[in-house]
Amino acid sequence: MSTPDTAETEAPYGIPLERDHPFDPPAAVMALHRGSEMRRMRYYPEGRLGWLVTSHRLARKVLADTRFSSTLGGPAQVPIPMPGLEAYLDFEGDFPLTPGMFIEMDPPDHTRLRRKLTGVFTVKRMKQLEPRIAAHVQDRLDALAAGPKPADLVAEFAVPVPAMMICELLGVPYDQRERFEADSRAIFTTDATGEGKQAAMLNLFAFIGELAAAKRANPTDDVLSDLAADPELRDEEVAGMAILLLVAGHETTAKMLGLGTMALLENRDQWELLRARPELMAGGVEELLRYLTIIHTGLIRQVKEDMEFEGHQIKAREYVTVSVQTANRDEAHFIEPEKLDVTGDAKGHLTFGHGVHQCLGQQLARMEMRIAFAGLIERFPGLRLAVPAAEVPLVTGESFYGVAELPVTW
Amino acid sequence: MRIIADTEACASSGMCALTAPEYFDQDDEDGRVVLLAEEAEDCDDEVADAVRLCPASALRLES
Repeated sequence: MSTPDTAETEAPYGIPLERDHPFDPPAAVMALHRGSEMRRMRYYPEGRLGWLVTSHRLARKVLADTRFSSTLGGPAQVPIPMPGLEAYLDFEGDFPLTPGMFIEMDPPDHTRLRRKLTGVFTVKRMKQLEPRIAAHVQDRLDALAAGPKPADLVAEFAVPVPAMMICELLGVPYDQRERFEADSRAIFTTDATGEGKQAAMLNLFAFIGELAAAKRANPTDDVLSDLAADPELRDEEVAGMAILLLVAGHETTAKMLGLGTMALLENRDQWELLRARPELMAGGVEELLRYLTIIHTGLIRQVKEDMEFEGHQIKAREYVTVSVQTANRDEAHFIEPEKLDVTGDAKGHLTFGHGVHQCLGQQLARMEMRIAFAGLIERFPGLRLAVPAAEVPLVTGESFYGVAELPVTW
Repeated sequence: MRIIADTEACASSGMCALTAPEYFDQDDEDGRVVLLAEEAEDCDDEVADAVRLCPASALRLES
């Protein structure tokens, strides 16, 4: 008779989400990271065994290895609770791919679609976009200055700045945002019950599909017009790709601007450093990306065939979660990773991922954050929280970690 | 050191152009790596960083 492997009986159930401190990963996750680089983990909803990778070294290795597939298959497994997933427990194949969603694809399909967009997000193109980003930032800073105090920095600044920019880049009218904002948010909630997410996706396909058809007839100077005119792309691929950019461009930078501002206000010396020495901003943004790691639930892959990896036998269909928040606090890679230090060397952080899926919009995100934080510090040097830090509402149950509101005054 | 770029593997992340702009640029059409220089000084940290940070392992140095 065999006894269960202790690695299996001691496997944690999912990634802990409970935080003691708004800027630090949950203590329980850090404890797992200190215990080993890679371990067994049970997945929701039914406790199937998979893997959790926590070190920087192995995170990079997994993300660079396409045997760890981005196309997830059933039965449904997730590292955090997601009510409603039980409905997919009997499903054994790969989940149907949403057309155009290359984030869920492997090469060569992934490569074919991603390369249609990579020319738009180069370092050079983002530099050309700088005045436009600065204009949106100024617009929101003016509105803040003219409005009442205290103000919610999330609603007034962190959300609209990247939203206005991605809309302009794509060619989606920002003044029609009530047609896509609620649906964009619904995609990232962890509630999989009912038809919420599916309905949101269908709404987005209808809205963007209609817009793409209009752009095909009357092209304008934007990404959606270029995609719509591409004879190699099917209509539903065009819509899926545009939706991916729209939703990814909305939520991520918005969360970083909100949480990042709070982190700088709560580490006032760092705020003052950036104020006194604006040339530190580029490095400061990298440090905020590393320190805060808003992709707190990690990056998920699935192994398609049995394989050996780092001395572990991984079986076909097992899930592997790469914990980016612990990799970004790995003492083997970063000096004093528990500290926010805008003068430090955050190079090699994995907040944008690693491997062929590394964030397509990362150069846009960097440019937006540099201009937004610099603008905020310059315009409101005395900015401060309007409530005690402990009362700032945190968003822990969604794909991206952040603050729901940030009441500030000046 | 000779810089070697594999444009087939390149994922157009722009990490090289961001990290060592004197050596790397990106193609206007699809953002893939364009070498601005074939040779780098042995001690050039920026080039070494660009190679290390490339998400697609598309860059290497040869002596």
